Amino acid sequence: MEEISKHTYVLQQLRELFLAMGKATLFNLRFFRELFLPPTEWREILRQCYLMGWKSLPLVSITGFIMGLVLTLQSRPTLVVFGAKSWLPGMVGTSLIREIAPVVTALICAGKISSGIGAELGSMKVTEQIDAMEVSAVNPFKYLVVTRIIATTLMVPLLVLFADLVGIFGGYAGISIKGDISLISYATKVLESLDFIDIIPATIKSCFFGYFIGMIGCYQGFNAANGTESVGKAANSAVVIASLSIFIIDMLAVQITDLML
Amino acid sequence: MKKDVSNKESDSIISIQGLSKSFGKENQVLKNLNLNVNKGESMVLLGRSGSGKSVAIKCIVGLIKADSGSIKVFGKDLLAMNTQQLNEERLKIGFLFQSAALYDSMTVAENLGFPLRRHSPDLTEDEINTCIKAALESVGLIDAIQKMPSALSGGMRKRIAMARTLILKPEIMLYDEPTTGLDTITSREISELMVKIQEEYQSSSIIITHDLACAKRTGNQVAILQNGRIGFQGTYEEVSNSTLPWIQEFFIDKK
Ligand SMILES: Nc1ncnc2c1ncn2[C@@H]1O[C@H](COP(=O)(O)OP(=O)(O)OP(=O)(O)O)[C@@H](O)[C@H]1O
Ligand SMILES: [Mg+2]
Repeated sequence: MEEISKHTYVLQQLRELFLAMGKATLFNLRFFRELFLPPTEWREILRQCYLMGWKSLPLVSITGFIMGLVLTLQSRPTLVVFGAKSWLPGMVGTSLIREIAPVVTALICAGKISSGIGAELGSMKVTEQIDAMEVSAVNPFKYLVVTRIIATTLMVPLLVLFADLVGIFGGYAGISIKGDISLISYATKVLESLDFIDIIPATIKSCFFGYFIGMIGCYQGFNAANGTESVGKAANSAVVIASLSIFIIDMLAVQITDLML
Repeated sequence: MKKDVSNKESDSIISIQGLSKSFGKENQVLKNLNLNVNKGESMVLLGRSGSGKSVAIKCIVGLIKADSGSIKVFGKDLLAMNTQQLNEERLKIGFLFQSAALYDSMTVAENLGFPLRRHSPDLTEDEINTCIKAALESVGLIDAIQKMPSALSGGMRKRIAMARTLILKPEIMLYDEPTTGLDTITSREISELMVKIQEEYQSSSIIITHDLACAKRTGNQVAILQNGRIGFQGTYEEVSNSTLPWIQEFFIDKK
């Protein structure tokens, strides 16, 4: 008897998982369909880019700087033991650009932007604002969802590039605590150790991070259930799912880059 | 403004036949509902809380998809329309939400301009501003033009929401509890405004309300929703003088 109820429970959970995946897939497809339908809401896209990009700069600057600084301070003793202190700039630059800046910036954006979108759209849904848009014959998906996903897909890579710069500068701050290198020769060393090819996979990866950050926030908010409680839930699950998918995308990206290079 | 009403389908603006809607297996809200609204007529919809009044008018604008039945607006079947055709119809319908549903992130002026900017692209910025001011003046809230919705009281939000629906000069108005939560003076003003709009634009309307004074003032037909269908329909006098006990219950306080 208990066996059976366990089975039905598992089956039901699986069913719900597949239903959710199906719904999310349809949401994605709808995005690509409506992306190319006129009219494009340029004003709203710009406004969202400003809100998401510009307003996240302080946070991204601080975390970027600290990442670079800490990375340098932590790696320095080990490199000194091996007598490879001069590799420090190159090592810091490469690890920042390839991995740390994209992932940490994306996680910050998941916390700030994805949850923000989830809460905003969730409360619009709950207070019937999305319905109000629909009855005034404005396509709410186009106006709210498409614009936000475009904005995150564009802005997250830019924020990552910015975090790269600030992080490298933070690395310099870490090295110059011991005071044995000038900014110019530090920068030269970083650039020497970098291939241009390092930036491209990282930027493509960041675009995917941005897409998923926007997509997941919008999906959670747009599909929030009735009642104010679901606004909090939408914001919360947006952060959790977005953060998780950042790691999954990161893992896939490493495999793909390995295969291609 | 009372006039007699023929139930001929030909001059009916909204014609609902056999509308059913249920949420889940248990909760059947509308069961085979029939309702006709003729040109220039305002239909007051009474019914107890949770009887499905909001669901019924949301079906008319396609916000909720009906399970079965037919909804004809201007003689065209709503359920057979694609999104584009539906949107064309929606432009002729003004919908006042029970919760007002103002856009939180926009000022009052932006709230009013939002539908206008999208649907009348040839208007200049000056013309848009004139329309916004005129709409706000008609609801008596011109001072609130630069305020955010969060800075307004519930009643003010409702009036702004009303201005936002009026700005597109709809031919059909659907009001979901326009006077709920307002003091008696303001609700009388709102009721008078509704009558004025109706006479000015010759619009037809469905008014959901629990406010009998508003019902009396604005409606020339009253329909009572009971068990998912229209249980009784007639003029305000007919309904209020009815001897049926379940109808009397709506009017007990009035006596
Ligand atoms: N989106 C929805 N999902 C599930 N059930 C719903 C939904 N909308 C309405 N209902 C159900 O439909 C029934 C009628 O709701 P409705 O909002 O139409 O009531 P109402 O007549 O407008 O009441 P009130 O006067 O309190 O506004 C309720 O039992 C409600 O639970
Ligand atoms: Mg209601």
